[in-house]
Amino acid sequence: MSVDKDTVNKIARLSRIAISDAEADKMVGELNGILAWVEQLGEVDVTGVEPMTAVIANKLRLRDDVVTDGDVRDKVLANAPAKEGSFFGVPKVIE
Amino acid sequence: MTELTKLGVAAIRDGVASGAFTAVEVATAFNSNVAKAKALNAFIVETPEKAIEAAQAVDADRAAGKPLGKMAGVPIGMKDLFCTQGVQTTAASHILEGFVPTYESTVSAKLWKAGAGMLGKLNMDQFAMGSSNETSYFGNVISPWRRNDGSNAALAPGGSSGGSSSAIAARLCPAATGTDTGGSIRQPAAFVGISGIKPTYGRCSRWGVVAFASSLDQAGPMARDVRDCAIMLEAMAGFDPKDSTSLDLPVPTWEAGLNRDLKGKRIGIPKEYRLDGIDEDIAKMWDNGIAWLKDAGAEIVDISLPHTQYALPAYYIIAPAEASSNLARYDGVRFGLRDLPEGAGLQDMYAATRAAGFGEEVRRRIMIGTYVLSAGFYDAYYTQAQKVRALIARDFENAWASCDLILAPTAPSAAFGLGEKNADPLSMYLNDVFAVPASLAGLPAMSVPGGLSKDGLPLGLQIIGKALDEQAVLNAGLAIEQRSGFTAEAGEWW
Repeated sequence: MSVDKDTVNKIARLSRIAISDAEADKMVGELNGILAWVEQLGEVDVTGVEPMTAVIANKLRLRDDVVTDGDVRDKVLANAPAKEGSFFGVPKVIE
Repeated sequence: MTELTKLGVAAIRDGVASGAFTAVEVATAFNSNVAKAKALNAFIVETPEKAIEAAQAVDADRAAGKPLGKMAGVPIGMKDLFCTQGVQTTAASHILEGFVPTYESTVSAKLWKAGAGMLGKLNMDQFAMGSSNETSYFGNVISPWRRNDGSNAALAPGGSSGGSSSAIAARLCPAATGTDTGGSIRQPAAFVGISGIKPTYGRCSRWGVVAFASSLDQAGPMARDVRDCAIMLEAMAGFDPKDSTSLDLPVPTWEAGLNRDLKGKRIGIPKEYRLDGIDEDIAKMWDNGIAWLKDAGAEIVDISLPHTQYALPAYYIIAPAEASSNLARYDGVRFGLRDLPEGAGLQDMYAATRAAGFGEEVRRRIMIGTYVLSAGFYDAYYTQAQKVRALIARDFENAWASCDLILAPTAPSAAFGLGEKNADPLSMYLNDVFAVPASLAGLPAMSVPGGLSKDGLPLGLQIIGKALDEQAVLNAGLAIEQRSGFTAEAGEWW
């Protein structure tokens, strides 16, 4: 499989990364180089093999449904690039 | 008095405890080395006051007769991937420039509790993506090593923990934290002639560590020798309820368990690692390593890890896939950079912020990850890679039937020059060919110095162990260390 410029632009959009026309052109070659190389995985016979989900066997833990943290509003907001009162500030999303 | 910056973790801990010198004297000596070494660009932020403050607390505890921690009086460097409360944490990115965490990572908190102090935050490859420390927004880290041909070419300290490796090799700190996703502790350790261990996945908490690829990311110590790594790993490891993949197991006493006698141990030599056209220096060092382990009483056996060649391509699907998901959090809303072009809406703000805030390699990996996870391609790429990953882990399981440890080179070559591998991302990726399989299988793996190349540069030997058997890995590392006679150091030019 290989990607063209339209696909690169679509991936960039899905990734929420703005790219220029020149960057998209450059990325076509780079992505195709990497994709052609990873395609060798297709040669591996994986019949009956389950995809790995946990590298070291570990049981998923449950804990009591109680509040263990929170009440740290000011800490959560401390690094916000824009805030208004006790809220994150964003550009207007509803006209 | 001995020159304090020549001492390692154990010597500093013991000297402080015995009163041969004070922790403040040690911190002052290392602060001074850090301040003089700007040319290496190993630190993003220096925190001399933190180092002194921690040292004063240790000296006061000793004077009051209180028990001292495992790392008492040892000043260390902290990779800038670990969140440190009140001290900028960037993962060497522009998008997190100015981010000051309001919390402390579990691993760093454990180290401070054990009596260590922080000399500063260490430079690294941006978001730990890189093998040469050339992707940092804050500039390249330079290795203190130079080739013996008089060329003075600036060499890569390895990556992604390149600030850690450079700082230890230049004696700016006796030890540092590293993180290893696909070789980021072991390859830089090999490049500068120090030791470093990636423990079993789940030993060290990932809480508060900036995420790259969560199923692979694992913290570990980097230091001048095997004992120092054992001490520091004890301080870093342990169960953390805040990390869902943290292993709920007691932390072994690795330092007390150190034993250089390898009688009864079987060491596997994987034939697939002997690549066509393998570097002559690397092949020779590997043979030396085999002889040293034999001399330590081990039995050498040939083994096969048949899916080795597929490890790197599987890694370069899995790691970018996880990264594309993990790095979705950088949106210009809650923390970090915001780029809001005039009149832009929310979606444009996201795209502009991420274009401005991520470096080229990070953008490339996010896009690869987004592609392999996208509708129509998920099974062909991601599911196939996770199946191959299962086969790679099974290769190791099968190997353990005939051996207890595996010996291999850490990297396919000595350190390369900065800029030498930038043109083609693939040639950089291939540098991790020997390191990635153990990462995909979650196994403990360590690099120890194995000798020098013809150019006078350090080479590393890698020991891979069974899950949870860090002790055997450390012991084999110790056996090599005591036979290699590696004492070479970078001549000071910085």
